[in-house]
Order: sequence, then structure tokens, then C-alpha cells
Amino acid sequence: MIGAFFGAGGRWFLETAESAGQFALMVRSAAFWFLRSRVEWRQVLIQMLRIGVESTPVVTMTTLFTGMVLALQTGASSNALLNEPFFVGTVVGFSMVMELGPVMSALVVSGRAGAAIAAELGTMKVTDQIDALYTLGTDPVRYLVIPRVLAFVVTLPILKIMADFTGIFGGWVVAYFKLGIPTNTYWHDIFDYMEVDNFMHGFLKSFVFAFAISFICCFKGLTTSGGAEGVGKSTTAAVVVSMTAVLILDYFATAVLVALGIT
Amino acid sequence: MIDAVGVRKSFRHRPVLRGIDIIVEEGETLAIIGGSGCGKSTFLKCVIGLLRPDEGSITVDGMDITKLATEAEIAQYRRRFGYLFQEAALFDSLPVWENVTFGLKYLTDTPRSRFRSIAGDKLALVGLKDIEDLRPSELSGGMKKRVALARAIAAEPSYILYDEPTTGLDPIMSDVINDLIIDLQKKLKVTSIVVTHDMRSAYKIASRMAMLHEGKVLQVAHPEVIKISTNAHVRQFVDGLSEGPIKMKIKEYEPPEDEEEQGRADETARRR
Repeated sequence: MIGAFFGAGGRWFLETAESAGQFALMVRSAAFWFLRSRVEWRQVLIQMLRIGVESTPVVTMTTLFTGMVLALQTGASSNALLNEPFFVGTVVGFSMVMELGPVMSALVVSGRAGAAIAAELGTMKVTDQIDALYTLGTDPVRYLVIPRVLAFVVTLPILKIMADFTGIFGGWVVAYFKLGIPTNTYWHDIFDYMEVDNFMHGFLKSFVFAFAISFICCFKGLTTSGGAEGVGKSTTAAVVVSMTAVLILDYFATAVLVALGIT
Repeated sequence: MIDAVGVRKSFRHRPVLRGIDIIVEEGETLAIIGGSGCGKSTFLKCVIGLLRPDEGSITVDGMDITKLATEAEIAQYRRRFGYLFQEAALFDSLPVWENVTFGLKYLTDTPRSRFRSIAGDKLALVGLKDIEDLRPSELSGGMKKRVALARAIAAEPSYILYDEPTTGLDPIMSDVINDLIIDLQKKLKVTSIVVTHDMRSAYKIASRMAMLHEGKVLQVAHPEVIKISTNAHVRQFVDGLSEGPIKMKIKEYEPPEDEEEQGRADETARRR
């Protein structure tokens, strides 16, 4: 019983270590091809459309309501304590720009575009299209991974900025119409206190998330095996791992940015 | 010329190729026959460098694939091959003409302005026209195979490797593909290896046949010799009999698809 437990644990450890090694090799290969070959800009544009434009409605909706909830909760708490909804704009603005904008947009995009990438590359893998790329003189990392990573790195920070605006706008809707806070007060509560570093804090984090999501989802897709069932499994794994990675990396990225004084 | 000597390949400690020795002469079509899981497709993937043999050597025009280390060397080696995949493996996201000319971008210096006309020419060679702008999902199984064949010959390779070219096709379409293979052989003067378990197809297109069993070559001979082979294993296979020396051994030996596929996935990831 104990032997079986340790056996299973050992196997899990070895498999995880092997996957981590393969992942590192893929990242190294991406760096190699990025430096050594011409970027497939047409593919980058196609992926930017898929990742960026097609994710816009869902990012907008989720962050709009997140901003509304934040404003409502802040107003309610402030009302309960001070009989007045103080600093609603400050809380909504700082929360969205530094934390919720980058994290929410990253989570939504990994659920939507990340899953699509893993499913697409997984299907290509199990139908021999990845091997076909090798036989036709190119490398899947060059043709498939690099355009997706670049598309993520360009679009996710843009989506993050959109998320900031829609979240703050959602907060204003609740602040103005429900809490009765004048528009001027709401905006002053944000911009009287916010500095460029506050914006940069969230903006830089979205680049970290872009690299993490794109590489994880491509890796899960390219290592798919086992037909249609395998594609389903790798798609699920891509979403779960990339979302978890976003939340874990959020802490470490925040710690680094705080240490660098970008807060 | 393709010269394979002592090629061995295992997936997760399960041997699939156990020492393959085959020579494919310039301009001939060698059909490799054998039951499912005997290692035919694995051997083909070793020849083109999609899989690396554990032991042995595969030398093509003096270049040994097992000694090539860098991606650039392997890419250079692969330039001389066209490969027809069992399920065609066309790129779903690209129209037919871009599928056909995909390799030209990476394998040749052909100007892009000529791609469209080259696609038309190659499609005409395989008996297709006016389908350049269709997507692979709009094609029948036979058309997909022919488009894949057009893609395989687009960069004018010296060698064409066919992995089960007639599998999944009706008998008439299978014969159309057989005729195409013979026709291309005559027109392009290429050297070909055809992996198949379709005996009708093998007899029709092959200049020589090699029978694989349990990862080893049992017999290499002219199709007429294979037809009257006295080797019990070959006899049973070409006659399609369920009773004989192969039956149980194939079932015992056949590596699970998942395992072989996982092994390939691991290797692909390692190569990267």
C-alpha cells in the first residue's frame, strides 16, 4: 500500500519533470526560431484577430460587471461605516488597473483563446498535420508557436487596457446611477491618486501572463496524443494549467514589481 | 538510393523495428507489406527523419539521417522527400492551392507569384482541376489523397514515401490512386517506398516488395516471386488467411496505438 503510494508519487514526479523539461525545450526552440528565421507575419495577424478581436466582447462583459460589483460593494461598505460612499472611484480604479484588469483579461483569454489554440494544435497533432509541417520543410514551433506567442504578447496588454476602461466605466455606472456619486468626484477619486507606475504595474503583468498562456496552450496542443479524447484532455489541461499559472505568476510578478518600486 | 542497415526502434522499451535491412534502388518502387503494427509506418517515418532510429543507419544519397544533429541538416536532408500521409494530413485552415504549394515556401526559392499556377499544374497532374480555392473539409477522401499527392510532388522531390495510399478508399478510387502512383513514377522518375497492406495495390505498383513481420524483413523480392513465395508467413499474408503462423503473434506483438503514438509524441517533444 505504502509502496504503491510512493510508486504513484514517483511516477507523477517523473512525468511532471519530463513535461517541464519538454516545455523548456519548446521555449528554447521558440527563442531559436524567433532569432534565426523570418516571422510569419500573416499568421501573427490571423492569430491577433482570433485572440484579440474575438475575445473583446467577452473581456468587455466580464470586466464591465466586475467594475460594477466593485463599486457596489465599496459603496455599500462605505455607506455602512461612514454613511457616505467615499473613495469608490479610487477603489475601482486601482483594483482594475493594478490587479483585476490584467488578471481578469488573462483568465478570460486563456479560457477562450487558449482553449481554442490547444484544441487546434491538438487536432493537428493527432491528424499528422504537425508531422506534415516537418516534411514540408518547416518547424511547428516556427510556423505555429511563434505567431501565437507574438499575437498574445501584442493583444493581451491591449485587452488589459480595454478591461481597465470598461471596469472603471462599469464602476461609474453604479457610482452615478445607484450610489448618487457625481461624475467629477468619481474621476477625481481615481486620477488624484493614480500615477503612471500604478498603470505600469498591471500593464507589465499582462506581458508575463501573455507569455505564460501562449506557451502553455501551445505546449499542451503539440503534446496531444490519443485521438479525439486526447484533444479534449489537452484542451482542458491547457485551460486549467494556464489559469492556475496566471494566478501563481500574478503573485510573483507583483512581488518583483513591488521590489522594483513599480507600484 | 536508400540504404537502411540494422534499423532498430522501440517505443517505451517495446521494440517495433528489430533490425531492418533494406536497399531501395534508384528509380524503383518498393512496396513494404505487413500486418498492422508490424512497423511499416514507423520505418517510413525513420526514413524521412520524423523518428530517430535507436540503432542502425539510413543513408540517402550518401547522407546518414542518424548522424544529422542540427535542425538545418535534417531540413536539408528532408528536401529530397515527398511524403503522402495515410489520412492526407492537409492543413484545414488553408485552401487547396496553399496546401499544395506550402512546401515551396520553405524548400525552394520559387517566387510566390508563381505558386498559384504551380498549384494548378500539380493538381492537373493528379487529375484535379477547379478546386484550388476549396477547403480540405469540402473534399472527398479520394480528392484529399490526390491533393496530398500533389503537395508531396510540388517541390519536385527525388523520393516519394507513401503511407497507406489506398487505405479508406473504395476499390475504384484505390485503383485511380495506384494508376497515379505509376504515372508519377514514369513522369517524374522518382524513387518510391509504398507502405501498404492492400495486396492488389502492392502487386500493381511495386517493382519489388518487402514483407515485414514483428519488426523484421522476412523477404524482399519481385511481386511475381512474392505471389508464389514458399515462406509460410509471406504465404499466409498475401493469401489473406486467418490461419497460419502470423495470426496469434501479430496480436501478441501489436503495440497499442496509444503507446506508439505517445512514444512519437515524446520523441517529437524531445526533438524540439
